[in-house]
Amino acid sequence: MSNKSVILQCEAVTVEFDGFKAVQGMHLALEKGELRFLIGPNGAGKTTILDVICGKVKPSSGKVLFSGDVDITRKKEHQIAELGIGRKFQTPSIFPTLTVFENLEIAMKQNRSVFSTLWAKMRTEDEDRIHNQLVMIGLEDKAQWRAGGLSHGEKQWLEIGMMLLQEPEILLLDEPVAGMTDKETDKTGELLHEIARQQSIVVVEHDMEFVRNFASKVTVMHEGKLLKEGTMDEVQGDDRVAEVYLGKKRRDVDVSRSTA
Amino acid sequence: MQLRTLTPQKIYILIGYAVAATALFCAPMVLSDFRLNLLAKFLAFAIVALGLDLIWGYTGILSLGHGVFFGLGAYAMGMYLKLEASGGRLPDFMDWSGLSALPWFWKPFESFPFAIAMGILIPALLALILGFFTFRNRIRGVYFTILTQALVIITVTLFIGQQKFTGGTNGLTGFTTVLGHSIGSPDTKRMLYWVTAIVLIAAFVLCRFLVKSRFGKVLRAIRDGENRARFIGYNPAVYQMIAFAISAGLAGVAGMLFVLHVGIISPSTMAIVPSIEMVLWVAIGGRGTLIGAALGAVLLNYAKSAFSESYPDAWLFFLGALFVIVVVFLPKGAVGLFRKWKLPKRRRTEHEQQVGHSTV
Repeated sequence: MSNKSVILQCEAVTVEFDGFKAVQGMHLALEKGELRFLIGPNGAGKTTILDVICGKVKPSSGKVLFSGDVDITRKKEHQIAELGIGRKFQTPSIFPTLTVFENLEIAMKQNRSVFSTLWAKMRTEDEDRIHNQLVMIGLEDKAQWRAGGLSHGEKQWLEIGMMLLQEPEILLLDEPVAGMTDKETDKTGELLHEIARQQSIVVVEHDMEFVRNFASKVTVMHEGKLLKEGTMDEVQGDDRVAEVYLGKKRRDVDVSRSTA
Repeated sequence: MQLRTLTPQKIYILIGYAVAATALFCAPMVLSDFRLNLLAKFLAFAIVALGLDLIWGYTGILSLGHGVFFGLGAYAMGMYLKLEASGGRLPDFMDWSGLSALPWFWKPFESFPFAIAMGILIPALLALILGFFTFRNRIRGVYFTILTQALVIITVTLFIGQQKFTGGTNGLTGFTTVLGHSIGSPDTKRMLYWVTAIVLIAAFVLCRFLVKSRFGKVLRAIRDGENRARFIGYNPAVYQMIAFAISAGLAGVAGMLFVLHVGIISPSTMAIVPSIEMVLWVAIGGRGTLIGAALGAVLLNYAKSAFSESYPDAWLFFLGALFVIVVVFLPKGAVGLFRKWKLPKRRRTEHEQQVGHSTV
């Protein structure tokens, strides 16, 4: 792993909530164009580390470097988002009273100052981009629906679509396939691979089937620490990982397919 | 895809606007001078309501302090009128309070354009400053609302206490002319009515432009999910500050017009009860719809004056009952009720109702 292609580096990140260490000295290096899966039992600190990267939570110590030298731990959420780090939360969080089209319109990569949104005109190429995105996420018939009226799965797709239009360099996804059918899950997995050709992705996931099918590299966290990093086979073959997942020594992580 | 064709609905809406505009312009021919003056005052209130709707209905921030912004605009205009009425001498109340010279900050208000500029800028600036310290520190919801109430108390106390500069409890009154025209004459009153009607339409067009623009969509996005908007890359604090400042500026404009119609401004006009009443106009008329807010202001004030003429004691009970009914049964106000009847279900979802409740 040469240092040049590293786009995101967490160095000894520690997060404390009222004395409780949710994350302790976590290291994570993400390369450009990498699709990384982050797994671990409940309370392992997976979501917290995503929160740190996107600025929602400030670490008590440690650094997060973006594209080599920008320490983003001191920046505000909207500044981090503008640098090119997009976040999808666990529960779909779209804007319910805006239409599907409007959701995509404001998410689209653009100048986000008050002045430019005041005078923003819908250009044909923007409209085409939004339309293409609508087709891709399968919501072209519902473009004028209020987003609040969509089904759970549709909201997930809308949020993914919003994130893609945002064109971030790093996508942070928290359980993107929760509540999706098997077919939708496969579609999402393929989509992630496609995105990872140009952008980098970190996915927190509980669905082991999904992880096994689509992961190239997996990071396992436990009690706020890095437990194991490697390919899916390496991780599955690791005794400590099996122990953590099942509470006793077993070699098969697969059993924990539910929500471990 | 967005279609720009004229659907029957849009035609109805256009007809509605045309009828409303015609009614506004024909009113002077039908109404007596007394009624026309009342209507002019209500139209000024409608301008506040538009501004309040912008910050509350569209951005989800409840201000119970708009009486202050309204009052500051009114005082700016009142100072101009007072100086014109005093004709070069010291205004009477300053004389009584023992001042011998005009305070420096009163002097520029001899100029009408300066007074107008201040009537908009001072409220807008105050809102910007208040917004800077609150929204940037993520103080919102009920905490922000309480702060706006504190602003009301501070301002009212200050204005009552500084009698020699503000006229104290009595406020500013005893105006005679505006730009040389007698302020009480029917011709001037009619002229002021026209001005108010035109300003109201301009304010409506401005607000419509704002809420239809991408800026307006971002405001609604912030109302729906401030954090989500933040993680897309918008800075909600800046958007909230701007919306709040525009809203306060509109209240200032309304205050200036109010003084011209009523001929007096005192601290009681910007106290807590008027501030809350302003919110009621918007709530009852229909939050999140500009036309609802404006209509709410006009109709409720009409009802208030009609009621107070016949049953002066019952008005407040009626208003209270109306508010309870609207909050419990019609979260989107009268216009929401109308929409439920008239418009197809296309864009309505049960979710909207939830959102409607949650911002109260």
